[in-house]
Amino acid sequence: MQEFDQRRQGLSGLKTMAMIRAFESRMPVLSEERLIRGSTHPSAGMEAVATGVSLALGPQDSIASNHRGHAHCLARGSDPGRTMAEILGRRDGYGGGKGGSMHIGVAELGILGTNGIVGAGIGLATGAALAAQMQGSDAVSVVYFGDGAANQGVLAEALNLAAIWKLPVLFVCENNHYAQSASIEEMIAQPDLKQRGLAYGVPSVDVDGMSLGDTFTAAAEGVERARSGSGPTLIIADTYRYLGHMAGDTEIYRNQVEVEQWQAKDPIARLVSQLLEAGVITTSDWEDIQEEASRVVQEAEEFARNSPFPDASDATQDVYSKGVPA
Amino acid sequence: MTTKNLTTWRALNTALKDILQETPESLVMGEDITTWGTGGGIYGVTRKLFDEFGAERVRDTPISEEVLISTAVGAAMRGSRPILEIMYSDFTLLGFDGIINQAAKSRYMFGGQFDCPLVIRTNGGSGVGKAGQHSQSLETLFAHIPGLEVAVPATPADAYGLLRTAERSSNPTIFLEHKNLYYDKGAVDFEPVPFGRARVAREGTDLTVVATQQMLTRSLAAAERLQAEHGINAEVIDPRTLYPFDMETVLGSVRKTRHLMVAHEAVRDYGWGAEVSSSVVEQAWEELDAPPVRLGSARTPIPYSEPLESAVVPGVDEILTAMRKVRTAIAA
Repeated sequence: MQEFDQRRQGLSGLKTMAMIRAFESRMPVLSEERLIRGSTHPSAGMEAVATGVSLALGPQDSIASNHRGHAHCLARGSDPGRTMAEILGRRDGYGGGKGGSMHIGVAELGILGTNGIVGAGIGLATGAALAAQMQGSDAVSVVYFGDGAANQGVLAEALNLAAIWKLPVLFVCENNHYAQSASIEEMIAQPDLKQRGLAYGVPSVDVDGMSLGDTFTAAAEGVERARSGSGPTLIIADTYRYLGHMAGDTEIYRNQVEVEQWQAKDPIARLVSQLLEAGVITTSDWEDIQEEASRVVQEAEEFARNSPFPDASDATQDVYSKGVPA
Repeated sequence: MTTKNLTTWRALNTALKDILQETPESLVMGEDITTWGTGGGIYGVTRKLFDEFGAERVRDTPISEEVLISTAVGAAMRGSRPILEIMYSDFTLLGFDGIINQAAKSRYMFGGQFDCPLVIRTNGGSGVGKAGQHSQSLETLFAHIPGLEVAVPATPADAYGLLRTAERSSNPTIFLEHKNLYYDKGAVDFEPVPFGRARVAREGTDLTVVATQQMLTRSLAAAERLQAEHGINAEVIDPRTLYPFDMETVLGSVRKTRHLMVAHEAVRDYGWGAEVSSSVVEQAWEELDAPPVRLGSARTPIPYSEPLESAVVPGVDEILTAMRKVRTAIAA
């Protein structure tokens, strides 16, 4: 199994997390500027989950994401410029502006899309795992879903199906404690979400979702189980989103004290102090990493802002494969 | 291959066998498709496939329509070619997210990066007393959704040929069989049937009837009586696929007969017959001598008891009456 190495996954993860944080921090600004239409759901605070899981994956693997999915894509290696261009509805976006924030897919990276339907990725990742099994490859798939999606019936069906067929899939629940505005305390009587996996015979673990090392280690174990043909794993990652559900969220369902308590456990600050302590980085290295993250995101934003809008004639393309009239 | 006289279920069974043989990426999955008394599936369509192709490619599933459908979508997006049997079309409603929000949009939303070569085989229709939740005709719901292809085979030859074409498509296809036609026999030539090409099931000069599946069979019977009893010669067209839809063949026929009737088993209100009638009116108003007539099931669930079921689904008599109504303008 892959061991968490601070010099490798630690350092590389820190760079990714810093970039994701910088990227997501631009979302409220771009929404305010009306460059983003509709709904966009930033994940600042939750970077360690997407990053830790992605570090445990290989190029043959696939992921299915959700409405709060920029981090999943970026951690998986999506180009920040093209990702931002999609969020801005531009021609250079991965979907040419047809999808937006909630529908970013990247076929060559195995990203089966962020998704506007809560819980929908659960079935898609289960299917990707079925394809991998049928094709005799050692590919695994991951679905990221939240505590809200844990209440969708499809999770129960998927856990059972993946368990009986020993499908190579990781069910990664990012428990950020709120399903939009509804708290997990109000919506789930049994707060120990891993019981849902155990009930279906799926090995299930809790992990500190604010720790890169912990999420990586749990994911690496799940990936190894899946690749070896032993079937699925459920990971419950305890985490928190710092920003509102989406731009314009008045956040009347939580208080600032709670937000600050979680910010005190910030996954990036924590990783930085670990790496400093271990001598992997110096303070000046960390400054460089932050500067680089800002530069990458600034360039991505410039790229996206300068990317032209799609032609109106594109609106009727790609409904069907070529040869079928749309 | 030479032509054989087969039942519809056997034609479909042969198509699946040929697909599994020729396409290594294909797999067949569904509830009770290997161990049911028919030898495979509630109507025998998957008979003996398990024996020949094994548990990897012919998969019995739990009763979990929602995840089965979305799993098939995910597998299709990653290079597999699943053929999913949903026991009755009524049960697809449990998995509409997978069909409408995921499969149908998987190409479009991501700018054309993904194919979704998925076939959902299922059966609809009434006639055997399966009542309100096993007898619906839901084809209009599917035909309404951009991104889906919808096949509605009526004959054994078309069942074979359309399934072969569905399997080769890169788009998600809803393949709607009719439960009351599985045991009909007909000549099967084992050739793929292209989508979007209607079949003229009966040539005629006085009235165009567009009908599918059980309504096609009944329309053909009604057309014989119309000719014998009233001297009116109806042309009966089976579109075979609702999307893509062969409007050209319908328009060509209407230009000849100057009269149109559409008959489907789906509820008449808001049904696909309205779409066809409206398109003909828009495109060929000048060619029509009378208003088109739509015929479909009553706006009720399908009842269980036989006289009740017959009362809400058009039979040969009702079709004959409707045919005469279209011709009233000049024939009455």
